[in-house]
Amino acid sequence: MNFAATLRIALAALRVNKMRSALTMLGIIIGVAAVIVMIAVGNGAQARVEDQIRSLGSNIIIVFSGSTLSGGARSSAGSQQAITEDDGYAIGREVEEVHAAAPSLRGAGQVVAGNANWSTTFHGITPDYLEAREWPIAEGRGFEQAEMNGAAKVALIGQTVAKNLFGDGAALDQVIRVRKVPLTVIGVLDKKGQNMMGQDQDDVILMPISTARKRVLGASAMAKSRSVGAITVKIRQGVDMKVAEEKMRELLRQRHRLQAGQDDDFFVRNLSEILQAQEAASKVLAMLLAAVASVSLLVGGIGIMNIMLVSVTERTREIGLRMAVGARGDDILSQFLVEAVTLSLIGGVIGILLGVGGSFLVGELAGWRTELSVAAIGLAVGFAAAVGIFFGYYPARKASSLLPIEALRYE
Amino acid sequence: MSTTAPLIHTVGLTKEYRMGSTVVHALRGISLDIAAGEFVAVMGPSGSGKSTFMNLLGCLDQPSAGEYRLAGEEVSRLSPDQLAAVRNRKIGFVFQHFNLLARTSAVDNVALPLLYAGIAPGERRSRAEARLRQVGLGDRLDHPPTQLSGGQQQRVAIARALANDPMLVLADEPTGALDSRTSVEIMALLQALNREGITIVLVTHEHDVAAAASRMVTFRDGRVVEDRANAAIDAAAALARLPSAADETYTD
Repeated sequence: MNFAATLRIALAALRVNKMRSALTMLGIIIGVAAVIVMIAVGNGAQARVEDQIRSLGSNIIIVFSGSTLSGGARSSAGSQQAITEDDGYAIGREVEEVHAAAPSLRGAGQVVAGNANWSTTFHGITPDYLEAREWPIAEGRGFEQAEMNGAAKVALIGQTVAKNLFGDGAALDQVIRVRKVPLTVIGVLDKKGQNMMGQDQDDVILMPISTARKRVLGASAMAKSRSVGAITVKIRQGVDMKVAEEKMRELLRQRHRLQAGQDDDFFVRNLSEILQAQEAASKVLAMLLAAVASVSLLVGGIGIMNIMLVSVTERTREIGLRMAVGARGDDILSQFLVEAVTLSLIGGVIGILLGVGGSFLVGELAGWRTELSVAAIGLAVGFAAAVGIFFGYYPARKASSLLPIEALRYE
Repeated sequence: MSTTAPLIHTVGLTKEYRMGSTVVHALRGISLDIAAGEFVAVMGPSGSGKSTFMNLLGCLDQPSAGEYRLAGEEVSRLSPDQLAAVRNRKIGFVFQHFNLLARTSAVDNVALPLLYAGIAPGERRSRAEARLRQVGLGDRLDHPPTQLSGGQQQRVAIARALANDPMLVLADEPTGALDSRTSVEIMALLQALNREGITIVLVTHEHDVAAAASRMVTFRDGRVVEDRANAAIDAAAALARLPSAADETYTD
């Protein structure tokens, strides 16, 4: 008997017991769908971390002044010890592993443009900042050296700020007032998205560091010194981050005249490292999710075996009759095997549809990023078929080894 | 098939079952010849071994000892797969409880032996339809068993037994689950088939049913105790004499 005939017999037998077939498939459907959704969620989490690494810029080390981070009692003393703009330039000049070092000042305030206003963060930067953050300008241009030196009243704005102040209208050459200081928008930054803390990185205004210090921050303490809030440092590709970090630390201690044994008056944060740890964690999470989902697929397979065993018992007389009219043991074996595999494959296909839909729903409803993977779908289907063959074989074997007369007489 | 050799030839056919520690001797040496074209009724009380004999004739079971030649071929030593082929091509079965596949149309039920014979789908269908018309069910081709009366179901089973042009039809209490009028109908059908040349061996414990056969073999305690020719009654004529009861026409 050929395969087409066997397939037809198996399909007919499944059609005859629609309810039972559907219930049997349910285990596989849920298993496959779960595997696909879980892998999609895991991949999504991983992709998010990878995106954050990309948005931060690769090989980034940020130096914060001591007072900025420690807060409380130390912050007042910290203002004197804070890192300076010149520390930033010195790092760029003297540490050979450094590709770009960008000191920046940070502030917050109300921005007004026409009758729209928005509360946001602004950074006083040097051109190296955009270089270090790998942050292209979507339209307009960057700061020129003359503007840097002359504390020109110009600004680059992030996408979120542009949207809130100008809606869909053009932002270029418009005047915005940051803390009442009028600045001309010379460029709009490319979209960056959220950072790892979930902050919107596009909700920002950039201006020359001199402009920020002399015109916008005005009366605050920072305006009077050369101190800055942070230095964003980009390390060259292929260089050991640890070595670069250590050299920067040495240089800063020297410049700040710290004695051996005295605490650093700054913090060095290697953000890529934190993200890489996060990435590793999300990978483990993805694998864990896939493993848990696989268990449900396994349980689904056992469900198939269970039903097929019941089915063999229940259909003993049918098997006997088929043997009486000429079915060989192999015919019966392949019929039940094909039934089991068909169940798991149809279940697998429905499971894929549900899994794809489910991944989409999880993305929409829970707001998680999900990423479908073709490999995961292939894996789930392959596993479903394997489950069908593996768990279908035993009941099929049992059916085919029945003696015709005993099967016919079975009550 | 040789014309001189009998269709069925058994010598000292023995069957023993082991039930726990005791051995049950179901058949104690049956030597019997049945010629092609005969209509034989095998009779006997329950436990006489008649059903066991029938199962051996049908290659559903294998003898403990003895010889069994079917159309000149020694079948008692064949492998299970070879026996399946013999059942498929040479023997048709009719059972007491019809043994039709549930929720499967009459024509598909009849086509089942053809399926295992490797016949192509189109030819399967046409041959199955022809057999159903032969047993008077040309208008019930696509009905599942649940939409057929008992008599109609047994006709489907007979059509199935005939599907692959067997030389032998084995009927095990074919009227056991039917009312008396339908029983006579079925016997008339079997007689008609026998007149066309098909050898029929019928197991029954009812004398009325056995009366349709041309030879009666009686079993007791695993042995043949009587083997005689029978002036067969004509079931079709008997049917005509029955009062025309409310016919079991089935509407759906």
